[in-house]
Amino acid sequence: MVARQGKIKQTLWVLFVPSLSPLRKPFLLWHKDLKTHKMLAIDPAKKLSFNRSISNGDLVIVYERHDNMKAITVSEASVLQNRFGVFKHSDWIGKPFGSKVFSNKGGFVYLLAPTAELWTLVLSHRTQILYIADISFVVMYLEIVPGCLVLESGTGSGSLTTSLARAVAPTGHVYTFDFHEQRAGSARDDFERTGLSSLVTVGVRDIQGEGFPDEFTGMADAVFLDLPQPWLTIPSAAKMLKQDGTLCSFSPCIEQVQRSSEVLRTSFTDIRTFEVLLRTYEVREEKLQNIQGNGDGFNGSLPCKRKQCSDGGNVITSPISSVVARPCGEARGHTGYLTFARLKCLL
Amino acid sequence: MTPLALKYSTLRVEGRAAAWEYPNLCCRREREREREAKMCGRSRVTWEGCSVLLDINDGDRLVFARLSPAAKLKIGNKNCSLQPLIGRAFGTLFQVETAPEGPFLSPAQVNPEELRDAEVNAESRDNRALLDNNTAQSLTGEDIETMRRQGARGNEIVEALIANSATFEKKTSFSQEKYRLKKQKKYAPKVLMRRPAARSICEAYFKKYPSKIGFLRVDTLSLLLSMANVSSNFDVLVVDMVGGLLTGAVAERLGGTGFVCNSYFGQAPYSMDIVRIFNLSDEIFKRILRSPISDLLTQNESPEQILKHDACNVESQSNDQISASASMEELSHSSENGISDLGADITEPAIEVRKAPKAGERAQKEIINSWKENGFSSLIIAAPELDTWTLVRDLLPLLANSAPFAIYHQYLQPLATCMHNLQLGKMAIGLQITEPWLREYQVLPSRTHPCMQMSAFGGYILSGTKICST
Ligand SMILES: C[S@@+](CC[C@H](N)C(=O)[O-])C[C@H]1O[C@@H](n2cnc3c(N)ncnc32)[C@H](O)[C@@H]1O
Repeated sequence: MVARQGKIKQTLWVLFVPSLSPLRKPFLLWHKDLKTHKMLAIDPAKKLSFNRSISNGDLVIVYERHDNMKAITVSEASVLQNRFGVFKHSDWIGKPFGSKVFSNKGGFVYLLAPTAELWTLVLSHRTQILYIADISFVVMYLEIVPGCLVLESGTGSGSLTTSLARAVAPTGHVYTFDFHEQRAGSARDDFERTGLSSLVTVGVRDIQGEGFPDEFTGMADAVFLDLPQPWLTIPSAAKMLKQDGTLCSFSPCIEQVQRSSEVLRTSFTDIRTFEVLLRTYEVREEKLQNIQGNGDGFNGSLPCKRKQCSDGGNVITSPISSVVARPCGEARGHTGYLTFARLKCLL
Repeated sequence: MTPLALKYSTLRVEGRAAAWEYPNLCCRREREREREAKMCGRSRVTWEGCSVLLDINDGDRLVFARLSPAAKLKIGNKNCSLQPLIGRAFGTLFQVETAPEGPFLSPAQVNPEELRDAEVNAESRDNRALLDNNTAQSLTGEDIETMRRQGARGNEIVEALIANSATFEKKTSFSQEKYRLKKQKKYAPKVLMRRPAARSICEAYFKKYPSKIGFLRVDTLSLLLSMANVSSNFDVLVVDMVGGLLTGAVAERLGGTGFVCNSYFGQAPYSMDIVRIFNLSDEIFKRILRSPISDLLTQNESPEQILKHDACNVESQSNDQISASASMEELSHSSENGISDLGADITEPAIEVRKAPKAGERAQKEIINSWKENGFSSLIIAAPELDTWTLVRDLLPLLANSAPFAIYHQYLQPLATCMHNLQLGKMAIGLQITEPWLREYQVLPSRTHPCMQMSAFGGYILSGTKICST
């Protein structure tokens, strides 16, 4: 086993040597300053806390409104310019995360510590991405816990990968593959930026054509597929999984689900397909007129602040304000189907 | 493999006693397991003292059990030892076999016939010629008994029933499948051994005993964990009035790093029975601490006060133990499952085969002080019985700045009021109330559609991020 692992490490290293394309910025700088704040506290000594204040090089989420956020790497000499004015990064340094900061014109934004959820809202969309409802369900349903080894393809914009990394931390690892070299490179840069690169390895590979690398045979706790023809990869996924390991395939179209499910039946059990959606609610305080019956004695003792209604039967007292909620008018109606399965346990 | 030849009547009692005595014997295995679990995330194989979820006949019955050689499970009218389940892989399917010494559970061959429904595609038969009377089956109850006495296996009885059914051949293959399944459930019950993880525990309770977990659906639970950003090395503050499901799920995610602080109002901690069903290693268990909310809120305590609390704590702990042993292990199944030989199990007393691991020590002063100083990294509340707004108003200051929180409720109004007040008080941003919606699909060749039954309601979540007070 030890020898085998040694070999794997070596091969992986060869496999994942980053191509030195001009797209890949040198990120050695990041490694130099280990004190900068990233998404996860992988080392318990660097526990995130109350007192953590923003320092040069930190990744912060600039919050204008819930639907307007931006990821920014703090750099002493830089400024942020938006409709509220000019914000100097140097003003931010030393302030705690969660602070409200002001522009030259008195406008303000909040500076938040990055989380996987916030990252999903601010990352640059190089592809379609998975959102929180699907992501949370996938992580729970695949039973991903710290220490797991997870295989994923395609990486896309790394939205799901970020949450997978959080779930396997601090000791597990996510190996994610995309056949699009540029996308893989950008994803790598993002994981570097969010501080996840010790948990995630991005490989460039045609997973539908070649399957996952043989090095992972029988090693994966979970496999996730977001590919156009996932059924082509299912036999390879089955090979990679440990006994009783879990698989999920995300597909927008029911025909994809149909084909995948048929292939899954050969070596998987517990095959289940779901759709997960979220409905959000608007909350506001409404002033509602209070109409009460008259003459039947109920309101006889109420103080005077009332006036006669035109129909003469009712009185309207001063409006009552109450907090009310209703679903927002528009919502995401479909993202994709999530098909889960478990590798059959052979005797 | 041989089942213990003991009289049924005494078995249950002995099983319980034995289960309490065993922990030391399995220490070495435990250590081995821990090593393995550390290496690959979690053990693939069960061990003595391990907690399992037993799914009997495709979810008709769900039983949580702790494996010990003396533990017994009643399936139909047969009492089977759980011994053969020890050392087997999670995901193994068992069936009841009969031996001269009595019935026993044996790993079932994964039946290639189960693949059959994939081929039910071009259907030509229909059911126009089918007559519904009770004469179709020529095998009598006596015949079946005789077969059984002669040592016929469950599957053989099912095949005999099919061979002696006058109408089987005329049925559509879809109803043939249904017939076979019905008979198989009765004469050849299957037991699937599952790993009890947040997912399976939540689903099992939601299906059989939803009130115990406050009707918290698995997708809702998963959202709570994400929205609260539960990550390694986090100190997560929870108010868990859903039986310990939330606490266990958070502990599972922390994987032995950080802490879950299970907090409660008043003197007695809320029940955490469900935590024991998770197979949490001691390492992870140590990371679950309990604290009365008053301890977290007070500035500094005098030693007498601490003493007083501790006395109360001992008392409430033992209360908790009592309630734990009285709790149901078996989640009673819904009445629609008209499998007669299982019907008797509804009233059957719970099977007690647990060795109760220590559930949550009381948080000591040092750690409480460090929480006060550094703030919790996130907050999750599932406390339908407490007033949401006052709870959040009191607990939010305990969070680190920029820490996210997620609050579950069955009702919308308490969350709406809370959200409104948080907005007015400028205590948090990114506030949102969401309601998850989950639909399952049947996917079969030419027969794909949403499942006929669905859960119409999984609760509401209020989420947001705490900001610095100005
Ligand atoms: C929709 S995106 C995945 C999005 C991702 N789940 C996320 O949340 O950001 C699909 C990705 O699969 C990649 N892909 C398509 N075919 C592939 C193949 N044969 N091998 C590897 N990657 C492939 C595409 O390049 C694309 O980046």
